[in-house]
Amino acid sequence: MRLTLRVWRQRSADADGGMSTYEIDGISQDMSFLEMLDTLNEELILKGEDPVAFDHDCREGICGACSLVINGDAHGPERTTTCQLHMRSFKDGDTIDIEPWRAAAFPVIKDLVVDRSAFDRIIQAGGYITAPTGAAPEAHATPVPKPDADFAFEHAECIGCGACVAACPNGAAMLFTSAKVNHLNVLPQGAPERESRVLDMVAQMDDEGFGGCTLTGECATACPKGIPLFSITKMNKEFLRAARRGA
Amino acid sequence: MALATKTDRRPSAPELLWKSTLGKKTVMAVSGVIMLLYLVAHMVGNLKIFFGPDEMNHYAHWLRTMGEPVLHYEWGLWLVRVVLLAAVIAHATAAYQLSRRDIKARPSKYVHAKPKASYATRTMRWGGIILGLFIVWHILDLTTGTVHPAGYEHLHPYQNVIDTFSTWYGNAIYIVAMVALGFHIQHGFWAAAHTLGYGGRVPKGLSIGLAVVLTAGFVAVPIGVMTGVVS
Ligand code: HEM
Ligand code: SF4
Ligand code: FES
Repeated sequence: MRLTLRVWRQRSADADGGMSTYEIDGISQDMSFLEMLDTLNEELILKGEDPVAFDHDCREGICGACSLVINGDAHGPERTTTCQLHMRSFKDGDTIDIEPWRAAAFPVIKDLVVDRSAFDRIIQAGGYITAPTGAAPEAHATPVPKPDADFAFEHAECIGCGACVAACPNGAAMLFTSAKVNHLNVLPQGAPERESRVLDMVAQMDDEGFGGCTLTGECATACPKGIPLFSITKMNKEFLRAARRGA
Repeated sequence: MALATKTDRRPSAPELLWKSTLGKKTVMAVSGVIMLLYLVAHMVGNLKIFFGPDEMNHYAHWLRTMGEPVLHYEWGLWLVRVVLLAAVIAHATAAYQLSRRDIKARPSKYVHAKPKASYATRTMRWGGIILGLFIVWHILDLTTGTVHPAGYEHLHPYQNVIDTFSTWYGNAIYIVAMVALGFHIQHGFWAAAHTLGYGGRVPKGLSIGLAVVLTAGFVAVPIGVMTGVVS
């Protein structure tokens, strides 16, 4: 395959950025999107140019590190992570626009790499349970009803990639935060901190400068793990419950 | 000594609501639903115009005597007005603050921009501003009579309404505003259900139905006058 890539290049956080155009040939349909970028970078290095910086780690769709907006879609045209996107989703001769996640709370560090530590701070505000760790507890000591377990698992699937923020016209982190709140709030282990968790995580989310939800639904469309829009509704309910109780 | 925890610094419930994005959305949803309930009653009341001047004017009189003998003349009406004014102010203030925040949270656009969001979702802000301007014009027209085209007569809404809809601009302003209202409600009612935590139980169809019924009910009046059904 022969492709034209238009890639966001930005030397540093403070520098101005812009789209640079690259022609690339000999791309196989079976390559992943990141392997295609690796090929581009090899060529750039051989030419003595600065390779394109992009985030990646597991390349298995489970770590949440990869993060590219491809032709205007977070993680590209398929519902999966960028690392699990393959070049067969594109046609020979295509022009592909590659941009970083865009949000005030996710400043660009270099090229396509953004700083997502705002998510870490939301987790630090309450995305955990306070329990002594040690050997794994006996599995049957704390019974969890099957529907609750399924609900928790569905939300625990969030890999913290930030595609929801990138897709949202308001740069809101509602889907991510709701996935984390719901995952723990439904479980007996999360119950003691049920109120403080949602209040603190939402406060941190606001402090980081993320926008609010206007029910546009782009987050849930972009999410590679299929976290549903209803998750946000559920968090709103948890928030109002906690506010009433004045935790 | 007890350790200082985050809980010690937590503001009171009203402060918490007004400070957080979720709380401000709750204010928007509750004030929106209050206005919506009023609009349903208002729309049904307007339809009385199809049953002649006596019924319409009698209804206007009743609005002032409702709640009697517990309430004095017009107290009930003023109570409704105060609640609605508070709702409009709370709604518009929260909308302004949230919108500013949303725009700031997404400073740079994508080069490869795609139209996202439905029409109704994208027009909440402009639609809301249109509705706000309409409310002002509407009150000056049919409540105070300030901008009314013919001799405005207090407590004679039947003739006042006919006069308004005998001008082209009266019809135009009113119909444009009611279509804007339909779009605003279509997204707004559904959004309010989600904000208040009942998203799963309010299907989008209900929201669309409500928007269509409200818009059709309101627009029936100028159409009735234009076609001569009401004269
Ligand atoms: C003063 C004029 C108005 C302005 C400036 C305005 C503005 C807005 C804006 C910008 C939103 C979206 C907020 C967001 O997405 O975060 C909204 C939502 C809403 N509006 Fe209005 N609006 C006005 C009048 C009305 C009226 C007359 C109604 C009566 C039915 C109404 C009902 C609603 C509802 C129910 C919502 C959804 C609340 C939520 O998102 O949970 N609005 N309004
Ligand atoms: S909710 Fe989905 S899109 Fe958002 S961070 Fe989690 S996995 Fe990524
Ligand atoms: S690189 Fe780990 S999810 Fe894509």
